[in-house]
Amino acid sequence: MNENNAVNRPIRKKDYKALVTGKPVYTDDLAPKDCLVVKLLRSPHAHALIEEIDTDRAMKVPGIEAVFTYKDVPQSRFTLAGQTYPEASPYDRLILENRMRHVGDVAAIVAGENEKAVDRALKLIKVKYKVLTPVLDFRKAKDNEILVHPEDNWKALCPVGADNKRNLCAREESEGGDLEKAFAESDVIVEETYHTKANQQAMMETFRTFSYFDIYNRLTVVSATQITFHVRRILSNALDIPKSQIRVIKPRIGGGFGAKQTAVSEIYPAFVTLKTGKSAKLVFTREETQTASSPRHEMEVRVKIGATKEGKIKAIDLYALSNTGAYGEHGPTTVGLTGHKSIPIYSKAEAFRFTCDVVYTNVMSAGAYRGYGATQGIFAIESAVDELAHRLDMDPAKLREMNITREGDLMPAYFGERANSCALDRCLERVKKMIDWDNKYPRRYMENGKIRSVGLALAMQGSSIAGLDVASVTVKVNDDGFYSLMIGASDMGTGCDTILAQMAADCLMCEPENIVVYGVDTDTSPYDSGSYASSTTYLTGMAVVKTCRSLTEKIKSYGAKLLKCRADEVDFDGERVYMVSEEKSISLKDLANLSMNFNDNALYASEMHTSPISPPPFMAGAAEVEIDPETGKTEVIKYRAVVDCGTVINPNLARVQTEGGIGQGIGMALFEDISYNEKGVSRSNSFMQYRLPTRLDVGDVKVEFESSYEPTGPFGAKSIGEIVINTPPPAIANAVYNAVGVRIRELPISPEKVYMGIIKNED
Amino acid sequence: MEIKLWLNGKAVRDDVSPDMPLLEFLRKQGMYSVKRGCETSGCGLCSVLVEGKPVLSCTYPLMRADGTHITTLEGLEKEAEEFGAFLADEGADQCGFCNPGFIINVIAMTRELENPDEEDIKEYLAGNLCRCTGFMGQLRAVKKYIEHKRSEGRGE
Ligand code: FES
Ligand code: FES
Repeated sequence: MNENNAVNRPIRKKDYKALVTGKPVYTDDLAPKDCLVVKLLRSPHAHALIEEIDTDRAMKVPGIEAVFTYKDVPQSRFTLAGQTYPEASPYDRLILENRMRHVGDVAAIVAGENEKAVDRALKLIKVKYKVLTPVLDFRKAKDNEILVHPEDNWKALCPVGADNKRNLCAREESEGGDLEKAFAESDVIVEETYHTKANQQAMMETFRTFSYFDIYNRLTVVSATQITFHVRRILSNALDIPKSQIRVIKPRIGGGFGAKQTAVSEIYPAFVTLKTGKSAKLVFTREETQTASSPRHEMEVRVKIGATKEGKIKAIDLYALSNTGAYGEHGPTTVGLTGHKSIPIYSKAEAFRFTCDVVYTNVMSAGAYRGYGATQGIFAIESAVDELAHRLDMDPAKLREMNITREGDLMPAYFGERANSCALDRCLERVKKMIDWDNKYPRRYMENGKIRSVGLALAMQGSSIAGLDVASVTVKVNDDGFYSLMIGASDMGTGCDTILAQMAADCLMCEPENIVVYGVDTDTSPYDSGSYASSTTYLTGMAVVKTCRSLTEKIKSYGAKLLKCRADEVDFDGERVYMVSEEKSISLKDLANLSMNFNDNALYASEMHTSPISPPPFMAGAAEVEIDPETGKTEVIKYRAVVDCGTVINPNLARVQTEGGIGQGIGMALFEDISYNEKGVSRSNSFMQYRLPTRLDVGDVKVEFESSYEPTGPFGAKSIGEIVINTPPPAIANAVYNAVGVRIRELPISPEKVYMGIIKNED
Repeated sequence: MEIKLWLNGKAVRDDVSPDMPLLEFLRKQGMYSVKRGCETSGCGLCSVLVEGKPVLSCTYPLMRADGTHITTLEGLEKEAEEFGAFLADEGADQCGFCNPGFIINVIAMTRELENPDEEDIKEYLAGNLCRCTGFMGQLRAVKKYIEHKRSEGRGE
């Protein structure tokens, strides 16, 4: 029996030893040494048609196995988005096409024995492009005469308001309450537009995949992915072969943050293997990962907030324009969160409206990045609420205290869900103490001429996609009574394998060491939608609880059989099945071993879980920054955050998730920016141009938890993975305003913008 | 061209193309702990020790490594495990992809600097990016590891 519960204990990750000693556990480490090297020829133009493509000379390079162009691929469209079928993202891709829709779009696939040969062949492919005018400004994309997807076989599987003949990938409108009346009754109205940029997830392991035919002649694809099961369907759609012919395996992956919720690299080596019969590998360079991948959707968000002069928020109206780029992956779904996971922070408002347009343009396709759309909406709402506070001449913390959602509140803009678990009020109170708000707000002038100030922001997210996501789990009893825990959710380094084993250990009353876990394999793992939408702890966790419950019943009933009594006369304490009367007992070890001898009771259970609701975690973040008014440079001195993720399953892993998300949020706030020149060529193609925060940039980050108890979650838990990126951009922008009176409404908060603002204020 | 060097204490001889970076060579030799995160000397993932000093193997010309002693994490298994336990105790091993390059530099730092303080640590390790942890957990682990080393040194 385990003396201490495993849940809520900061135990080490199960895979730590292999990771800290550099064992070969990632995709590229595992690829067959003689597999074909695959590389992609990419378009230099943002919008063009291939008129001629000549591969003869490339094919003659010694060692070249194959060169494929648009003439060689299946002609039915698909999406690379990792989503439950039927996907909300439109089917707008082919493996290769004669139309190039962004700089970096794929014009040809080359496979050869070694990198040198492939590099040479790439140079020898002759392409004649007809260069077309691109749509580069997302504000002008809707109903532009230039169409990104003019093709007739483009299709949307779901009614998301998409129309390729208008460059529209999606449209939505929803509202509640009497908006006009609520604004009419408002004494103060703030109406501003905020602009968040596309950002790279920048996981350290770039996109990579290898593929081969296994002994049963099935196409096996090993990939750094968050969506192992969806990849099987995506490949089946793209390659036009039955799903039964495909197996997908996820080894350890070097980070994802949503990037790998899109099948960015899989189709290319898989296609090569399918055509040549040979094993093949594609490893994206960092440049490719920066320029032809699946970054955050750039958005322009217009917010209108009305309040009484006492500070009661009456109405929120939010319009989001989202740039999905050349393809629609995650376009229709991310934008939903922009309104539905920002407005409900203030659900006491009497009325709300949320409208959005998602448009195609000729830049790289966007995708899923931690926070998914909510991050953009929260930057806008949390900036606007501060602007409102200043207009009302109120402390922004006070304004929030008056208006935030509290436990038990109905959240009309969150699909009418009720906040069954919500400690946002406690998060706010505690973060104020941690940053010493009452003494530090708004600013202090330092002796060195710099100004220190503080800024606040709140956030929410969801836990799984309500009424859609599913998770299943299988647990079996092995010899001597150790357990195998099989899950279909992908651990991307966040430690979900360990967290789920901790839950199983508590359910089965054993130590986590007694439970072994595996990577995901579509042939053997139980089905799971995948590791995204903050679903693993909440949804897969609950599937673990259910499965362990069923397994315990089976262990008890088999034990009763061995003890020659009725099942209702026995109990299980993790180590033995015993008669409640204490007459007889049998150890789990003996029971497990006996189960492998003249037995027809399988000690094996598998259960599935889904949820009609998506309980939001909540969070409060506070930044202390130092600004040099001579240069406009903003430096984060301290960041404090308090998270309500329900019950914390593993405090260390939850803390590191939070610190990691805050680090990414600081990057987004201060420097990360994917930008293009007037021809649509990326200016952010490497870590030199696209600067990530280093350990010198994040200041001192401290995180605490204020737990609520979510009745529908495992052990009372909600999610944590995504919410943690949402507070830094608005908290830092608010701090900048509190320091120098400059309101930055377009990220990132660069020294130039702050400096120009200071100059303007002086005039 | 032919190259001869000592890899984790073993003599290695190989016929290589002169423009191959050290990183490629090391992975070819089965040193899979050596990772690549960029092409612009900007991430630190590929760090290894040449004559005990950390270098970025992605841009280190193989020719220059001729005749030298090279150490990868495979050659530092005991120390890696020792420090790695501190990292794991913070939950800061995370995806692990940056761990080898980071740990190489932590080991080099503890050999090179006497009693580094927080600023020294941050400076020394500034070239090692990590996208998962936000760096705080790594810092806690390094501080605790140094403290542990110190108390070991004092014979506690
Ligand atoms: S691979 Fe990035 S610095 Fe060497
Ligand atoms: S642990 Fe994932 S990049 Fe550092």
